[in-house]
Amino acid sequence: MAAPFDMNDDNVIVVIGTGAGGGVLSNELAQRGVSVVALEAGGRYLPEDYVNDEWESFGQLAWLDPRTTSGDWRVARDFSGLPAWIVKAVGGTTTHWAGASLRFQDHEWKAATNYGDVQGANLADWPIDGDEMAPWYDKAEKKLGVTRTNGLPGLPGCNNYKVFEAGAKALGYKEVHTGRMAINSEEYDGRMACQQTGFCFQGCKWGAKWSAAYTDIPRGEATGNLEVREKAHVARILHDDSGKVTGVEYFDADGNLQMQKARAVCVAGNSFESPRLLLNSASSMFPDGLANSSGQVGRNYMRHMTGSVYGVFEQPVKMWRGTTMAGIIQDEARHDPSRGFVGGYELETLSLGLPFMAAFLDPGAWGREFTTALDAYENMAGMWIVGEDMPQETNRVTLNHDVTDQHGLPVANVHFDDHPNDVAMRAHAYERGAAIYDAVGATRTFPTPPYPSTHNLGTNRMSENPRDGVVNKWGQTHDIANLFVSDGSQFTTGAAENPTLTIVALAIRQADHIAGELSRGNL
Amino acid sequence: MKDISQQRGLTRRELLSRSMAAGASFVVGAGFVASPDAAWALETKALQPQTMATLIQMARDIYPHDHVGDEYYAIAVKGYDDAEVADTVEAGIAALDAAAQGKGHADYLSVGWERDRVDILRGMEDSAFFQQVRGGLVTGLYNQKAVWPLFGYEGESYSKGGYIDRGFDDITWL
Repeated sequence: MAAPFDMNDDNVIVVIGTGAGGGVLSNELAQRGVSVVALEAGGRYLPEDYVNDEWESFGQLAWLDPRTTSGDWRVARDFSGLPAWIVKAVGGTTTHWAGASLRFQDHEWKAATNYGDVQGANLADWPIDGDEMAPWYDKAEKKLGVTRTNGLPGLPGCNNYKVFEAGAKALGYKEVHTGRMAINSEEYDGRMACQQTGFCFQGCKWGAKWSAAYTDIPRGEATGNLEVREKAHVARILHDDSGKVTGVEYFDADGNLQMQKARAVCVAGNSFESPRLLLNSASSMFPDGLANSSGQVGRNYMRHMTGSVYGVFEQPVKMWRGTTMAGIIQDEARHDPSRGFVGGYELETLSLGLPFMAAFLDPGAWGREFTTALDAYENMAGMWIVGEDMPQETNRVTLNHDVTDQHGLPVANVHFDDHPNDVAMRAHAYERGAAIYDAVGATRTFPTPPYPSTHNLGTNRMSENPRDGVVNKWGQTHDIANLFVSDGSQFTTGAAENPTLTIVALAIRQADHIAGELSRGNL
Repeated sequence: MKDISQQRGLTRRELLSRSMAAGASFVVGAGFVASPDAAWALETKALQPQTMATLIQMARDIYPHDHVGDEYYAIAVKGYDDAEVADTVEAGIAALDAAAQGKGHADYLSVGWERDRVDILRGMEDSAFFQQVRGGLVTGLYNQKAVWPLFGYEGESYSKGGYIDRGFDDITWL
């Protein structure tokens, strides 16, 4: 049967969310002849709809449904209702992402083994490794058109990169280049090359950056095997008396409750919504939520150790011109405990426009110390720090029954405290970042606190032993055979790398597994 | 003269004839605030003109940019000239003036040195009123497209074809 599918068609796979995980999974299943209904909470926006304006775009794309926060992270104070800067739209956060596409380093798949006992950290090894993932990374890099892979050239360096590169080389850093980016350095896969417009975070108006919104989603739809239902907010996953998942209830665009039957359900709503949905699906049979016999649903929330460093120079940089994140220093990404912490971090170029710089440079600050920084905006260069943070059981997404969303559902509360390892790594990265800019004549540098999270990971983590996590090495929940997790929430640990490439590789691999299980009659 | 209230403008002569000086920075008259050189004027509906003038000064003292004219600060706070919030704002500015009087000044606007005004603001920075004004300015001031060029920021570039041929890599001083 071809899309659209009947609500009572219990042959379909329901995928919840259409971003790097769900969007790719939906297409990859559809390409393999599997019938898919993808339920997307947001609407559909394409390059012609994107706007080169930070706040206007934020209003268009960001997930702004209520959430609450707690913990010692500064986001809980400065942006208490906005723990994450992620997207509610077809294509999910692949509209907003910067395009940095890095493979995990081999040692990062086995953090517990390689880092040893880190007090207060709930480290575990992934049940998969670099060898297992290599062919799936190959497919993901081809799909995304990642520069510096498959013979694709690197992007040219913009002004912000040139400052960053000069400082890095002055300090002796060796692994410095314009990144492995899912942004076309030349025409690729029917999409044009980057025009150095800036505004990568606001949706690429040229389509030069890979986004599921205008690649995987329409390709899946073109097969006739994928139906995407927009503005469909899933409220609950349903199950039968045997504990098998049977479908989902969702609110449609008009706010009416609908029920779609399913052969299997794949959850890919990012690391707040995915555990929230499992918890909100609690029943008399599963009073603690679905797939939660381990008690790990919602726990081990990771957001990467992040922060930014901005430097001011005597002359203009105009950092907003050009590809936002096409610049990387990888020398600090290694695991080298002599620095006083386990794991490592990447340094990547970053710029914000004036409106967001005012909001995020030092939230809450005022007076001349703050405004003289903005006075030098034109002479500023910027970099982002992204490093491995420690999973902690107490960093977690729970249901806040005191606050409900527009559908009356309890919202996610996101609790986060920095681990001492995160604090030590951030201090090191701030010092290095400032040194890089000082080496090329910065007159002032700013160790800027983490923004609302863009990398949300780990709240339904993958584990060998069902006791330690929520899903197995296929993203299949340990408790319920026809319930899968397909987004970054399945990350066992976060590694130092931007997560999208790994999410995409896992989604392609999961699609292959699910299609195989269907054909073998196991699902 | 730029009439930033987007209502009927006052002529320079009207303005001067109706004006009464209140502090060095602003001309405050019956139903309006203006710059002393009459370059701009803002008519008030719900707020006392003196209150609006104080609010504009407060906005500048929170986010002082010496190359950004008062009119942009006036635009940033003119949304408070609204019957819904006028009582809150009048009370907030009254508290500010009271704090100034507590330090021996006639009112906030008459405090001559920025550092003394900032001292007064520091004393009330945890108040809901201060945080409302400060928080509102983050977008009210910095998201004004007319302000962006004053900081060198160029805004959208898609309609101009991005910077691929317009200087994305034109840095010369490195």
